[in-house]
Amino acid sequence: MSQFILHKANTRGHANHGWLNAHHSFSFANYYNPERMHFGVLRVLNDDLIDGGMGFGTHPHDNMEIITIPLAGAIAHKDSMGNSAVIKNGEIQVMSAGTGVSHSEFNANADEQLNLLQIWLFPNKKNVTPRYDQQTLDVEARHNNFQQILSPNADDAGVWIHQDAWFSLGKFNAGFETEYKIKKAGNGVYAFVINGEVTINGQVLSKRDGLGVWDTDKISFKANTADAEVLLMDVPMELN
Amino acid sequence: MQTTILYIGRNTEITTVMNRLLNARPEWKGICVCSDDEAIEICQTNEIDLVLLGNGIDAACEKALRARLTGIKTELKIIQHYGGGSGLLYGEIMTAL
Repeated sequence: MSQFILHKANTRGHANHGWLNAHHSFSFANYYNPERMHFGVLRVLNDDLIDGGMGFGTHPHDNMEIITIPLAGAIAHKDSMGNSAVIKNGEIQVMSAGTGVSHSEFNANADEQLNLLQIWLFPNKKNVTPRYDQQTLDVEARHNNFQQILSPNADDAGVWIHQDAWFSLGKFNAGFETEYKIKKAGNGVYAFVINGEVTINGQVLSKRDGLGVWDTDKISFKANTADAEVLLMDVPMELN
Repeated sequence: MQTTILYIGRNTEITTVMNRLLNARPEWKGICVCSDDEAIEICQTNEIDLVLLGNGIDAACEKALRARLTGIKTELKIIQHYGGGSGLLYGEIMTAL
């Protein structure tokens, strides 16, 4: 029997720092909710709005797989491995922090707001050599399709990470129905609605709602509105 | 009452950040080191409430550290710190305490 947990958008943690307006699906920084610590190895899902030219100065990370998906605008990234890049909507960035890496992230545009999802997964191996990657995605390939954008395999579609996790993005016509098969036994799926309204396993979800489903091998999906856009995060439920 | 937290890492830059973050809250006192021997000495001479294991400590070192630390104080709480910054720190400490 499948189990689920529903996180409505308006129940997320919220921190407005002026230049940064952040919503946290799970406990983060000063937002602490013992019932919202993680979904399997998915530890952080932050929905950040960053004012033009503003951002996070150089700061360190370790032992975490960090995935950044810009939803609107562009982010300028610089890190201690020598990478310097601008990542925009339609692209994905991944960083394996491993033994330690420092980076800065700023809104690359002075006059446009940046909206990004920052996602942290616990790694399946500690103290790996830090690495960085980014990829431009074929946005058309996610029309009425869950397009894989991340996996554990370097030779598979999308970027890869040190975890048995698969991410998929889809954008759907109203009324489109499909099933998503979970990639690995023991994994669950956390669905995050970027836009529109969808129904997953009978639960109606609106913009920025999250639904975690586990103890199953598939989920049912239906788009209720024409602009429905969803990120699926297929992750191990057991912490390593 | 202040909670005394010992952070043990390997990356000096992260250790410096952790020192700043832990000591920024009046309810916490942070002591941050990169050396296992120094950590043991601090544990012997201070009343430590919680140990955070940071980045770069390999499995063999972690096992030895845990044995030495709990040899000093059996009920000492030792947890893994992930992320290297403030994002997860508060939640980790609140959960452990």
